[in-house]
Amino acid sequence: MNGVITNPEKGSSVHMLLPPKGGWVGVSHVCPPTGGTCSFKAANTATTILKFIDIILRLSSQGKMESRVVFETHLNLKATELRLGLPGTQENEDKTAHSYAVVRNNKRPERETSEDSVSISKASLDQQHVHAVAAPQLKAEIVGWPPIRSYRKNSVQEGEGDGIYVKVSMDGAPYLRKIDLKVYRGYPELLKALETMFKLTIGEYSEREGYKGSEYAPTYEDKDGDWMLVGDVPWDMFMTCCKRLRIMKGSEARGLGCGV
Amino acid sequence: MQKMSYTFSFPEEVLEHVFSFIEGERDRNAISLVCKSWYEIERWCRRKVFVGNCYAVSPVMVIKRFPEVRSIALKGKPHFADFNLVPEGWGGYVCPWIAAMACAFPWLEEIRLKRMVITDDSLELIAKSFKNFKVLVLTSCEGFTTDGLAAIAANCRNLKELDLQESEVDDLSSGHWLSHFPDSYTSLVSLNISCLGNEVSLSALERLLGRCPNLQTLRLNRAVPLDRLPNLLSRCPQLVELGTGVYSTEMRPEVFSNLEAAFSGCKQLKSLSGFWDVLPSYLPAVYPICSRLTSLNLSYAIIQSSDLIKLISQCPNLLRLWVLDYIEDAGLYTLAASCKDLRELRVFPSDPFGLEPNVALTEKGLVSVSEGCPKLQSVLYFCRQMSNAALHTIARNRPNLTRFRLCIIEPRTPDYLTLDPLDSGFGAIVEHCKDLQRLSLSGLLTDRVFEYIGTYGKKLEMLSVAFAGDSDLGLHHVLSGCDNLRKLEIRDCPFGDKPLLANAAKLETMRSLWMSTCSVSYGACKRLGQKMPRLNVEVIDERGPPDSRPDNCPVEKLYIYRTIAGPRLDMPGFVWTMEDDSSLRIE
Repeated sequence: MNGVITNPEKGSSVHMLLPPKGGWVGVSHVCPPTGGTCSFKAANTATTILKFIDIILRLSSQGKMESRVVFETHLNLKATELRLGLPGTQENEDKTAHSYAVVRNNKRPERETSEDSVSISKASLDQQHVHAVAAPQLKAEIVGWPPIRSYRKNSVQEGEGDGIYVKVSMDGAPYLRKIDLKVYRGYPELLKALETMFKLTIGEYSEREGYKGSEYAPTYEDKDGDWMLVGDVPWDMFMTCCKRLRIMKGSEARGLGCGV
Repeated sequence: MQKMSYTFSFPEEVLEHVFSFIEGERDRNAISLVCKSWYEIERWCRRKVFVGNCYAVSPVMVIKRFPEVRSIALKGKPHFADFNLVPEGWGGYVCPWIAAMACAFPWLEEIRLKRMVITDDSLELIAKSFKNFKVLVLTSCEGFTTDGLAAIAANCRNLKELDLQESEVDDLSSGHWLSHFPDSYTSLVSLNISCLGNEVSLSALERLLGRCPNLQTLRLNRAVPLDRLPNLLSRCPQLVELGTGVYSTEMRPEVFSNLEAAFSGCKQLKSLSGFWDVLPSYLPAVYPICSRLTSLNLSYAIIQSSDLIKLISQCPNLLRLWVLDYIEDAGLYTLAASCKDLRELRVFPSDPFGLEPNVALTEKGLVSVSEGCPKLQSVLYFCRQMSNAALHTIARNRPNLTRFRLCIIEPRTPDYLTLDPLDSGFGAIVEHCKDLQRLSLSGLLTDRVFEYIGTYGKKLEMLSVAFAGDSDLGLHHVLSGCDNLRKLEIRDCPFGDKPLLANAAKLETMRSLWMSTCSVSYGACKRLGQKMPRLNVEVIDERGPPDSRPDNCPVEKLYIYRTIAGPRLDMPGFVWTMEDDSSLRIE
């Protein structure tokens, strides 16, 4: 089964070729040149199709091509049929049917709202709208890849794709941990992670009383070298000025919490 | 025919004298295996010990066997710690080693550590315990501050080398630690502070340089301003290796001419590095010395291809080049044409997380260098596209390659021309490069590539694998085929229990195996730990105790290493060492 994406405006197209069953995965990421073609080969697995569609979406969102997916089917190759809907559903096949699936040319859909399957029906020349999903693995989400040392990233880039790593120490714990602040969306997530990491309860933050009800208080050292209570400043500001974290215990913690 | 038997018995002193000419630890190890008396003689006169994994042996064992050690090298964390794959707190603490050696080796002169955690307390202990201490090299280490450095500076009268390569140092002292070198101290030969974040006291540095006539290596940190560099260089014109600080300042003619004169004044200068934030108009200041340069590290320098071409075309004696991919294919063509003696090339990515290529660097640059540089042995190359054809060409051009590390930035990228996996290309590399010691794979790869590696990679010692393979067979090919394999590190590959259990004995012939995000089950780890008492099978899992999950659940990370020291005692809460049956016995 072949897949072709046409970009009528820019005149470029992308072919997706599916070898017979048992082939291997390979979807190239290279942007197809204007006016040229670039082929993808893929095994007939759902993962690959999702990845393929992710590429389309990304290229679309970058304005590189209009998003139209055309699947040509040759003969009656049931073995290589794309079946991405729920198992057991039947699809009609035409011998040389073309189906168009127009993928939305907007931002990549949010992960939480996406579904796990894409159904691309091979109807005739009618245009179909497809609600596509983000591919399982996105770039810049892979820890430790590409394999370069962090000080190299800092020297050359602002580290856009990289995390904000800060050390976390806890009073009484024999070793330090390191976490990536970019992974968390806000204080509740961060505190939950710290609780899990160090097996303790931190409690709820209140502006007046700090972390009441727990003998631990999460604190951080800011850019000026001052130790502050986590939660005192808005999250975005915290992410940029936090140098390191320290979970204080006992009276020291309470002292910090009392509106100092 | 009469059979004659000869019994050679030299006096011990003679043997010791002969052994003293043999320094490499592999040769020394071989000597010690000849017979019991050679073992005894050799162990008393071994001066240098190398411990590739600090947990493979205990300090007490080393001290017991080699009582007269003067120089020790230790390595701690697994290599993948460089890429944040090893959680902080895993281990690699040097403290017990320093404590034991402080008592046992009062004449210790050299300590070299890599990927270890060393505290200020340990640095102070070093400073106070070893009267003839000469060399401290901390590569990719962490856990200490400039206070520890101050202790070294203040106490080590005979210090020759202080090298903090790529370490993480808590910089507390605003550069005043340097002032702790007393005025009477003059023996510095090598100083590498390039990793320090804060300024050092330039006046203290100038005085230090001025009174150390044997200084050969000086690697400054980014904070040293360019306009102070001429002054510093004038104090040590005998320098052989220099790392500049930041390489830009306001464009002023007198700064340029001072700089040019200062470089020219260093008649022995062969190696340059540093070059943060390059202002291209200052580059010509190094032109007068380019013809002498053998080593150039521009991997922090944002220099466009055209300026790089001008620079490199004047360096015919270059042996080693580290550079960013701003060099582009065009710059590599120039390199291939100009630098016929080149041994080592490293090309780093300027925009590793970008989705699109930002520079015109492809496989063609590397092919060109492989054609033009007949002595090329060592390659590290980051790029975004590769083809089997290019790899075949490189392999045929350069069968003398010993290190080949290719990183195609997007995982699982196929041959961009044919869309095939890159099995055949890497296969050509291992087949033609018969002395290949180190290999890193990338791109789309099936089990096939591992078949090639197992078949041809007979001299291979270190292999790094990521996002590759289809099945257990892949790992099995490597473990059963690579006779000289010492270090194997794998991430995100579909390798599971069977090849590990089937090749358990092989693991004892290796230094270590790292596997993360693979398919090895907790049950298999337990079985391996039970079966192999001389392996530490460490399960690293931040989800909590593996016992809380079913046995067939795959572990997050696995680190297996041979050891004669038993399970280590300093494990953090997210590391579990699988018990061997012997631990069930009561000692």
